[in-house]
Amino acid sequence: MELIDSYLALVGFGQTGWGLLLLTAAAMTIGVSVCGFLAGTVIGTMITFMQLSRHMVFRGLADCYTTILRGVPDLLVIYLFYFGGSAFLGSIGSLFGYHGFIGMPAFLTGTLALGVVSAAYQAEVFRGAYRSVARGEIEAASAVGMRPWPKFRRIVAPLVLRYAIPGLGNTWQLVLKESALISVTGLVELLRQSQIAAGSTRRPFEFYLTAVVLYLIVTWFSSILFRRMETRTTQGIKGAL
Amino acid sequence: MDIGFMWDTFLTLLSGLPLTLELAVTSILAGSVLALAIALIAVTGGEIGRTFTRAYVFVFRGSPLLVQMFLIYYGLGQFRHGLQDLGVWWFFREPYWCAVLALTLNTAAYCSEIFRGGLQAVSIQEIEAARACGMSGVLLFRRIILPIAIRHALPAYGNEIILMVKATALASVITIMEVTGLAGKLIADSFRAFEIFIVAGAIYLAINFVVTRMLMVVEFWLSPHMRMRLQS
Repeated sequence: MELIDSYLALVGFGQTGWGLLLLTAAAMTIGVSVCGFLAGTVIGTMITFMQLSRHMVFRGLADCYTTILRGVPDLLVIYLFYFGGSAFLGSIGSLFGYHGFIGMPAFLTGTLALGVVSAAYQAEVFRGAYRSVARGEIEAASAVGMRPWPKFRRIVAPLVLRYAIPGLGNTWQLVLKESALISVTGLVELLRQSQIAAGSTRRPFEFYLTAVVLYLIVTWFSSILFRRMETRTTQGIKGAL
Repeated sequence: MDIGFMWDTFLTLLSGLPLTLELAVTSILAGSVLALAIALIAVTGGEIGRTFTRAYVFVFRGSPLLVQMFLIYYGLGQFRHGLQDLGVWWFFREPYWCAVLALTLNTAAYCSEIFRGGLQAVSIQEIEAARACGMSGVLLFRRIILPIAIRHALPAYGNEIILMVKATALASVITIMEVTGLAGKLIADSFRAFEIFIVAGAIYLAINFVVTRMLMVVEFWLSPHMRMRLQS
């Protein structure tokens, strides 16, 4: 009982509790993951267009992109954006006569790194989904005279999205867990906040355990959300499979 | 781009390669054994076994590996005296063993699902045929179920191996100087992130290339029955 009481005081919302900070940090984790995931969707869509292109050069480039970003540890990509971004900003700064160190904003680093990595996974998901869309539906859209953009917006994108939702759900979980790595750049997300709390209270076990539980809650909720979306978007085609 | 600098970087990073491979091989082997046990409990353990394995998989797949590593390395350090009394402190004192433990427990969760899928994909007719020949128990499992299950599970298992090679990079955060750890240190010292990224990335891609080729060989070697059909 005493153990539980002292734990609750530690992570609770009282005067000495870290509860509010941990929840804020969890919100930051979700925020950076959502931004990174959306950035990944944009980049991933472009990569998919390249994969489906008629030109071999584009296909080759897209293939290189997905192979490299899926084969290299994410931590390296984060280092690249964090230190590379700072060096880049520094060189721009020196053009304007400023010779100090310009740090890359941690949130931007996180969004970029998560976006670039998840784009490789999302591109593969989109490609697979595009292949499962029945050819006839797209041909029908062309046959009624749709221009490329309306055809994409009204026919291709909704159909692809329907098939892509399970894969996107997996990628989202991946991004969520990867966001913990952003803590190395100093962004105060859930893991970083737990580190800070653990450091100042000397109670690492309690805080990391709390972090695990908070991550589990988020992943659990998102898996329910994606399952809902899946049933919703496949309502009309249930009998087909 | 400075080729000389990149070559020096390559030589430095190469000294971390044995540690990366060691971490990957140890945790993949230990993780696979654990995963097989978990998959067997899930398939044969009834209601309790299924609940237990589902909880295990949920916890280890639902939270980031880095947090699990911190929980084991820093978190268990809090119980130093208790662990010393148990005589296992030498294990949890070393970041290397903590990293191996975290990687093992994590990959066991993913692999157990793969193995479970493989075991459940063994068709009932094949098991019935073996029973008709008089096999049962361990013999049936060793000769019929396991080999067929391995074939079903191999492609997904290959993906998991590659994910594990990448995951060893996280060990650098708990002070282990493998390839990514060395790369991070070099980047922080020299600020030449792009060149070092290329070299380190190339090393990982080379490892993964070798792994995928080896898996292709294993797959070829495990599927002679499919080859016969292709030739005729």
